[in-house]
Amino acid sequence: MTLDDILAGLFPNGSDIGVAGAMISGSAIHPGAGLVHVLGISQGQPLGVDEAIVLARRVIEIVKSGDRAPILFLVDSASQRMSKRDELLGLSEYLAHLAKALLLAEAEGHRTVALLYGGSAAGAFIATALATGTLVALPGAHPAVMDLPSMARVTKLPIDVLKAKAEATPVFAPGLENMVQTGGIHVIWDDNAPLGPQLAAVLQRPQGQDDRAWLGTERGGRRKAAEITDRVVALAAAS
Amino acid sequence: MTAATANTDSLSWYEASARQRIDALVDAGSFAEFIGPEQREMSPHLAIFDLPEQFDDGIVIGRGRLDGSPVLVAAQEGRFMGGAFGEVHGAKLTGLLRAARTLRQDALILFDTGGVRLQEANAGELAIAEIMRAILEARRAGVNVIGVIGGRAGCYGGGSLIAGTCSRLIVSEQGRISVSGPEVIETNKGIEEFDSRDRALVWRTMGGKHRYLIGGADTFVDDETLAFRQAAIDALKVTRGCGVAVLEAEQSRLERRLQRFGAARDAVDIWRALGISGPTDIPALPTDAFLAAANNRENADDAR
Amino acid sequence: METLSFRLSAPTRAGGTRMQAIVGVVASGNLEVLLERAAPADSCMIDITTAAHGFGAVWEAVVRDFVDRRPAGGLRISINDGGARPDTVALRLAQGVRKIEEPER
Repeated sequence: MTLDDILAGLFPNGSDIGVAGAMISGSAIHPGAGLVHVLGISQGQPLGVDEAIVLARRVIEIVKSGDRAPILFLVDSASQRMSKRDELLGLSEYLAHLAKALLLAEAEGHRTVALLYGGSAAGAFIATALATGTLVALPGAHPAVMDLPSMARVTKLPIDVLKAKAEATPVFAPGLENMVQTGGIHVIWDDNAPLGPQLAAVLQRPQGQDDRAWLGTERGGRRKAAEITDRVVALAAAS
Repeated sequence: MTAATANTDSLSWYEASARQRIDALVDAGSFAEFIGPEQREMSPHLAIFDLPEQFDDGIVIGRGRLDGSPVLVAAQEGRFMGGAFGEVHGAKLTGLLRAARTLRQDALILFDTGGVRLQEANAGELAIAEIMRAILEARRAGVNVIGVIGGRAGCYGGGSLIAGTCSRLIVSEQGRISVSGPEVIETNKGIEEFDSRDRALVWRTMGGKHRYLIGGADTFVDDETLAFRQAAIDALKVTRGCGVAVLEAEQSRLERRLQRFGAARDAVDIWRALGISGPTDIPALPTDAFLAAANNRENADDAR
Repeated sequence: METLSFRLSAPTRAGGTRMQAIVGVVASGNLEVLLERAAPADSCMIDITTAAHGFGAVWEAVVRDFVDRRPAGGLRISINDGGARPDTVALRLAQGVRKIEEPER
């Protein structure tokens, strides 16, 4: 689905959302949920210091407005921008700042939902989609930590061997279904059904704790994370 | 109760193991480990790749005392799988940070990591997201989460994003902080963009001195365990939380950095713009002289 | 990975009172050694997982030499090996028994 199709599907009554460069920003009235702030990164662009600071500013403005309206963060990106300039300027701080702003928004009473409708990878994925309260995706979205050819180079394994291993476990290979099984993506939307009600359903989910590790346990993609996390909390409390 | 005592032998932080760093950091004999090596909670995924496992999956977590006060501590072992985040490794740290919030106890993360462990990349990536959320929630509950960076593997990839969510960062010159590693930039953009074998370029672009000068770290210390211990004690004396005001201040700080230094081609240009009289001498300066030269550095005290 | 197990007679009991000790790290050419007081007092059990295949005879020589020279009775020793040389293995085993003998604070 194109960005225009998605926006039209989510907000049939129209919206006031602009795209400047690769950055999405604006708001819309959702038939059920009312005002929704919309922002994001599009066109498969990398996320660097210049993009992250603009997105973070927008999130902080929304939090300061005090309206507690939901924030929908649309994601079709590459990875973080891999450049000398970005690292020289401290890219890690900019990406962490954006992530903190989104986490702050959720903690301050805004529902934050990311919709992954294209690619995303590595630091860009962590700083955007994975920093929201709920991450959903459209069929065809393609999250990755690293693509398989690069992974083959680093692990010094032939790509065919890597592909065979990827059949046996969702834990390392890129792809939407693997990210669902490991609990990172809450649900894949049905792109043949109207999107508006699917967003409404997500917004009705009670705001709560980080349950991604438990989703990973239930779905079989991460069998240890939740149990170990809870065990550490219990051990620390008991000693 | 007797006064808290440090282990008196100072070691190189860079050379020390994760366990040695914890022993040197906290009060002597005070550390108690959670899910220690005898529990054999190893990665369930490395066997798929016929790779050796480590009993603690490359991270040691537990509680000790720092100058008499209880602190939760995690230390990554950079020599095992590059200190990378896998499912078990990450879950141990997530649990520790959730405990920090529940128990209102400060936490120290001794980073030594190349980022996500590729053999369990999806689990590692999600662990990083869970850790960042746990840190933010702990900080909002009034808990300090201090990052300490000076190990062999540096603090790369997702590890650098976690560091960016900490309330304060302590670095040594060896403490490199960067999202993309030198080899990754070179592989993706070419050797003209970044020559990963140019060690001087790596240190001045990603190393502890540069990060301290631009406000990417709060305390700069010698590569000695006792110096790190004293810096950690000092760092826990102030609590800042993480609300709108802090993030607004960070927004201004990071915007200012882009305005001041966004056109710089090299770290030396930034150091010159900071008003340092001999910017090319910075890499060679010993700590005292460096700290004196860094007098006009950018500062992140209330903006992290 | 290859696994090896040895159960050896070890007449001298390991000293000290610590219940466990760990030394080393799993890396190329290195290994970790976990020692636990979990064997009968006159024997030493050693379980090894190693990345280097086909060195069973070398391991046997190193661990037999170890229990002959060091007080290892009562120890269950578990090793994760990243392909260390025999002298490194012997060094880590010696460090391990010294560590479990250290007085507790």
